[in-house]
Amino acid sequence: MSKHTLSVLVENRPGVLARVASLFSRRGFNIDSLAVGPTEHDEISRMTIVVNVEDQPLEQVTKQLNKLVNVLKIVELDPAQSVQRELMLIKVRADAESRSHVLELVQLFRARCVDVAPDAVTIEVTGTADKLEAFIRVLEPFGIKELVQSGMVAIGRGSRSITDRSLRALDRSA
Amino acid sequence: MTEQMTGAQALVRALENVGVDTVFGIPGGAILPAYDPLYDSTKVRHVLVRHEQGAGHAAEGYAQATGRVGVCMATSGPGATNLVTPIADAYMDSVPIVAITGQVPSAMIGTDAFQEADISGITMPITKHNFLVTDPADIARTIAEAFHIASTGRPGPVLVDIAKDALQAQTTFSWPPQLQLPGYRPVTKPHSKQIREAARLIVESKRPVLYVGGGVHKARAAGELRRLAEMTGIPVVTTLMARGTFPDSHPQHLGMPGMHGTVAAVGALQRSDLIIALGTRFDDRVTGKLSTFAPHAKVVHADIDPAEISKNRHADVPIVGDCREVLADLIVAVQNEFDAGRRGDYEAWWKVLNHYRETYPLGYKEFDDGSLAPQYVMQRMSAIVGPDALYVAGVGQHQMWAAHFISHERPGSFINSGGAGTMGFAVPAAMGAKVGCPDKVVWAIDGDGCFQMTNQELATCSIENIPIKVAVINNGNLGMVRQWQTLFYDERYSNTNLHSHRIPDFVKLAEAYGCVGLRCDRPEDVDATIEKAMEINDVPVVVDFVVHQDAMVWPMVPPGTSNDDIKVARDMAPVWDTDD
Repeated sequence: MSKHTLSVLVENRPGVLARVASLFSRRGFNIDSLAVGPTEHDEISRMTIVVNVEDQPLEQVTKQLNKLVNVLKIVELDPAQSVQRELMLIKVRADAESRSHVLELVQLFRARCVDVAPDAVTIEVTGTADKLEAFIRVLEPFGIKELVQSGMVAIGRGSRSITDRSLRALDRSA
Repeated sequence: MTEQMTGAQALVRALENVGVDTVFGIPGGAILPAYDPLYDSTKVRHVLVRHEQGAGHAAEGYAQATGRVGVCMATSGPGATNLVTPIADAYMDSVPIVAITGQVPSAMIGTDAFQEADISGITMPITKHNFLVTDPADIARTIAEAFHIASTGRPGPVLVDIAKDALQAQTTFSWPPQLQLPGYRPVTKPHSKQIREAARLIVESKRPVLYVGGGVHKARAAGELRRLAEMTGIPVVTTLMARGTFPDSHPQHLGMPGMHGTVAAVGALQRSDLIIALGTRFDDRVTGKLSTFAPHAKVVHADIDPAEISKNRHADVPIVGDCREVLADLIVAVQNEFDAGRRGDYEAWWKVLNHYRETYPLGYKEFDDGSLAPQYVMQRMSAIVGPDALYVAGVGQHQMWAAHFISHERPGSFINSGGAGTMGFAVPAAMGAKVGCPDKVVWAIDGDGCFQMTNQELATCSIENIPIKVAVINNGNLGMVRQWQTLFYDERYSNTNLHSHRIPDFVKLAEAYGCVGLRCDRPEDVDATIEKAMEINDVPVVVDFVVHQDAMVWPMVPPGTSNDDIKVARDMAPVWDTDD
């Protein structure tokens, strides 16, 4: 099994996320991570889906996704040719004694402290999955009270845009 | 053209404009606004069925008999959920239908309102696409989109769920609407490089087989198929969904492959070095244990749905396209190979296949006690009714006997539930087929189990003047399940005896529904009974063929095993050649 990052451009309509999620579950494909949000075009939403499959089933995933009427375009992003990021918010135990140690780690990881309480700090950090994992490891000794993480978002490097052509298709049908 | 009207009127007008002449359905609260303008329509005939499942299968039968989109209509909640089975059936067999359902008013969606069901959510995995419409201005365009999606590319069911308030509100109707389907672009034109590669493999192969599925008739490509088969001399097998697409009487036809396929068809695929798969999907009922299926074959796989290619079996030459265009291009490409002096020699191959065919023809056992063999009924029906009729089967033993022992000569003449295996399909589907083709003789071939699931539509047939004929192959049991119990469960017949030799009395039941009821339980009466049924054309006819309960479907590949392990009868396997 290996991880693949798919960028899926979909029509911005109600129920599209449900269609995609239901397709994955009924065809037995595992989603590692899913992020969905608007794009630079109002009519198009973009999903970044990380799937954990062999190459052959991956072909099935993309073919089945392509059959969904609301799906406009699917691009597999090569990790080497794209920027991939996740966002994490972590609430860590930190009192007067340990706070400076925690803040030192925040600096090392180029994270940000976004909330402070007498016995805890909340940290925002972005990065690759590996970086976030490493960050969690170094914070664990202090005591992680709560953690929330986004799905991965990714974009190809260079000047090419994957939305351009899909938008032209939308224009033609309007 | 723009005009002010209600959403319901817009719906009916849109249906008229896309060419709908028949809707099968039942009204109810949420869809009621649509039934009012439907009452006035002079173009659309509404057939009032007795159960929504009947409406759905009737739409399927109509679609398969005519090639046009079938339409069914139901109200919200239970009306809509009763359509789920036929929608799933249409999805599995790629049948173009549009289901229109009423939904509770948009303000009440999500409140668990009376007769509310999230039918678009429920049918998401079993429709090609579906819509929930809450704005009356979207109704006409959505109907146009639904018909476009259902009938193009790989056909399939589309559901349009319309909130009651959208049907009641005023809107501006304009036609034709602009379709808004930017993500829907079916590929029909095959890639020329792949076609050339396929042609090259065809002339180089020694043991090729044309493996023909339902997609060939859906593309109306039976003529092109025959042309390719005859110019190359390649043997043809036709799946359950393709029976009739290539004439059974044709010398190159080896019959149906699969779990209950002929030895020649199954053996041909197993031993082939090249499978040319057309509009078919390597279903498990065809391949048996996949890892042992056709181990020496290269595969050329043409289908309009790219997701079917290499889904189950790797395709060496994938061809995405409409089978008619694929076949037309292949004919040219193969001719080019011929012109260049390259031609396949299949003489040795035909020797092997003819040996299979002669040694293991289809057959069946007569019973000593004078009782009726179901296969004999099929053979006589085929002889008396002839190849121009439409035969519509349910699911089970009778379906397999109908597939084998009726001579299928005409594309589309055999309609049945293949992928989903929906018992109860035959009577309502035959009803829909007869409405679509009123001049054709339409025979439903049903089992006693299937028949009892949907025979209420005989009332519809009688009242709406839809004179179908029904042959109930009554062995008193859920026959196919009983066969599995005989073979794999030590003859422990748990809950398969329906006692339908006794209850109900199918002749009386038929008469109660305004049909003519006939019964036949002796071989010597079969011809006269069928002839009598053929003479009655003003009302539906039901013939109760009381047959022996121990008749079995052979050949059979035991489930989970290799096609090489096919049995021609209990404990009887064919002897394959050892030299290949």
